[in-house]
Amino acid sequence: MSRGGAEREQGMKAKHQRLVLVVIAVLAIVGAGLLAAWSLRNQANYFYLPEQMAADPPEIGQAVRLGGMVQAGSLKTAADGVTVHFMVTGKTDAAIPVRYSGILPDLFVEGSGVVAEGSLGPDGVFIATNLLAKHDENYVPKELEGMGTKEAAKIAADTTVGLD
Amino acid sequence: MIAEIGLAALWLAAALAVLQMVSGVMALRVPEGEAAPLAIYTRPAAILQAFLAVLSFALLLYAFAITDLSIKLVASNSHSMKPLIYKVTGTWGNHEGSMLLWVGVLAASGGLLAAFEKRLPERTMGATLAVQGFVALGFYAFLLLSSNPFERLPVPADEGTGLNPLLQDIGLAFHPPTLYAGYVGLSVAFSLAMGALLTREVNPSFARVMRPWVLGAWVLLTLGITAGSFWAYYELGWGGWWFWDPVENASLMPWLAATALMHSVSVLAARDALRTWTIMLGVLAFSMSMLGTFLVRSGVLTSVHAFAVDPERGSFILALLGLYIGGAFTIFALRAGAVAEGKRFAAASREGALVFNNLMLSAILAIVLLGTLYPLLTEAFDVRVSVGPPYFNPASAIFAIPMLLVMAVGPLLRWRADRPARIQFEILLIAAVVIGAIALVSFFGSYPLLPLLGLGLAPALAVAAVLPLRGRNLRRVPVATWGMVLAHFGVAVSLFGMACEGAFTEERLAAVAPGGTEQVGDFAVTLEGVAPVAGPNWTAIEARLAVRQDGGKPVILTPQARSFWSPPQATSESALLTKWNGQLYAVIGNRAEDGRWQLRLWWKPFVTCIWYGGILIALGGVLAIAGRLRVDIKRRRAAVRGAGRRADLEALQPLPVPAE
Repeated sequence: MSRGGAEREQGMKAKHQRLVLVVIAVLAIVGAGLLAAWSLRNQANYFYLPEQMAADPPEIGQAVRLGGMVQAGSLKTAADGVTVHFMVTGKTDAAIPVRYSGILPDLFVEGSGVVAEGSLGPDGVFIATNLLAKHDENYVPKELEGMGTKEAAKIAADTTVGLD
Repeated sequence: MIAEIGLAALWLAAALAVLQMVSGVMALRVPEGEAAPLAIYTRPAAILQAFLAVLSFALLLYAFAITDLSIKLVASNSHSMKPLIYKVTGTWGNHEGSMLLWVGVLAASGGLLAAFEKRLPERTMGATLAVQGFVALGFYAFLLLSSNPFERLPVPADEGTGLNPLLQDIGLAFHPPTLYAGYVGLSVAFSLAMGALLTREVNPSFARVMRPWVLGAWVLLTLGITAGSFWAYYELGWGGWWFWDPVENASLMPWLAATALMHSVSVLAARDALRTWTIMLGVLAFSMSMLGTFLVRSGVLTSVHAFAVDPERGSFILALLGLYIGGAFTIFALRAGAVAEGKRFAAASREGALVFNNLMLSAILAIVLLGTLYPLLTEAFDVRVSVGPPYFNPASAIFAIPMLLVMAVGPLLRWRADRPARIQFEILLIAAVVIGAIALVSFFGSYPLLPLLGLGLAPALAVAAVLPLRGRNLRRVPVATWGMVLAHFGVAVSLFGMACEGAFTEERLAAVAPGGTEQVGDFAVTLEGVAPVAGPNWTAIEARLAVRQDGGKPVILTPQARSFWSPPQATSESALLTKWNGQLYAVIGNRAEDGRWQLRLWWKPFVTCIWYGGILIALGGVLAIAGRLRVDIKRRRAAVRGAGRRADLEALQPLPVPAE
């Protein structure tokens, strides 16, 4: 074979190898994408308002999040000193009982907004593993943003030191 | 005057970015070999622009340091009572300041490139600087048109509003500049990739120019992520070290891309293979840092990092993102076919292992990216979801575990082609360590799958990391190889910390009356008392905990619950007791009605290894840079000396022979 032919063959093989690499890369990324899509459907953590949870409760033990207002007068601490019970309400009368063991977030008080991460227990009590409350006026849990401008404005007025 | 000079400097820098871009493009349009009339301006424009952008940022720093309350940004983000260090670091604790820091670092690195990089062909350099100018211009426009950091108040404020107390922390103060410098380093890699693609100079000498920038960016990202993780661990008081928070993911994604790019650019430099793949990763890495900036800065996410809630700014960054990424991928699609193929290699070779791990890193990147964007996508359909560890942990582990196994054997393989049988002893040794460690751990207790696998892989990776040194004269091993060994060893250390934290953590949550004692791990923790304390801009209640290990001498820990007054906010300051084999983590909570205090205690064995590992990985990167630079400087010196000798010889030769 002439030298030019060998070079051309070398070029063909290099091109062939590049094609194989591209195919493997596409397969790997598509595989990752499919795996992601499949597990996102199973593992994504859905957000419920109290009225939604009352009307159409999630499966027992499934990880979800519950967002609403801590009902005034409902916050009770159990005898062990670290477990609290409270009710979360939304725009309707529906109220979901919540149990949480742990240190309460810094701005967690009755009447404030809260997002509880956890799952529904067999007795209908929502067992929270984590509570997210308002951190400051700039950091509201995303789900609470749409909760009505009135509350938001009230909280902002309570906590903001204005420039004026 | 400070504000006006700063603003003027910023406008001038923007004008210079235009000049840099235009002159770079003009140089490209002239046929090769001919002199372009404007090309001489490209480098000076980049250098002067760097000076002006840095000056502008320095002036803002000064305004924050003296708390100039006539500037709106200072008034709404600072406070005269704040400690000086947080006044200064508060400069980038807000939207405008952090964007100014972004362009400052961007311009500075462009200037460095223009001033010191002489190895590239002039045309490639021109194209690179043109791209760099184009990227900078977008950010200048963003700053000047929608987020002017130097805006004055009509009437100076009496007092500032203050800085988010969560950000008033020394660790966090230096976390954003580190990450930004990393992001921006990737922008230089991107500009270089584009420049090489446009001028058809994708070859090993280009890769050698790009490599230090990629390595540097990668080191900074590694340090930034490590620092951010440690900050989240001790400052949030939740006891976790990684939450798969979108903002954390925004910093992890460029790191994954940069890790792939760093390995691929080394293959290109050493073996002249993976040309197009390297360019693609360069584009991808920069896209991920732009996406990170967009996610964090646009306000589509809510977190302590999201400053901008102005929708106009979000759209502006999104438009920039679309322009850069879309433009880059278009050029890539048009030009990639013209890049000549690199050298071939067999599947069982070091290149093959690197390609495999590049793919695994890209797959993990895809998993993280989709998980991060999924809530944004579903929100468009009014479905609110969040994605957390139940998705990210297993989905990324599916790709991380094969990657770690290949990482163990890859450095033992030869370039181009190798027989796996040649390294069968090493493979068997690594397999034996994995299986032995898993069997040993399972014998003592039952643990979740992922930490168990981690505990098996970590010692195997540690052994595998030093295997490339076997049978070599340690004094003659290149510095860069030591860097690789150290970084891979760091991965093992970090993985060991993560696995231990996942498998062996003990937690105790209780309400304790003063004088009461709780047991966690080997420690007896006694609450001696709770007292109020005050700092410069906060008050707190502080618990005094006496910690005794196996009845030994007590150590005092003082966790606090702090209340800041400007802005009004409460934070909990955890207290840590570090031992050689782990950390005791204590948080104080609320006071119950009966006078007991809530205490949350964790014993986390070897948790510190996570961050020590991160530091080792970064040190490995530093050694790699040092090794490459040393070789480079030696070469330059040799070239200079060679040229000098030739000049001497030439000067000697034509000496006239004296007449006799």
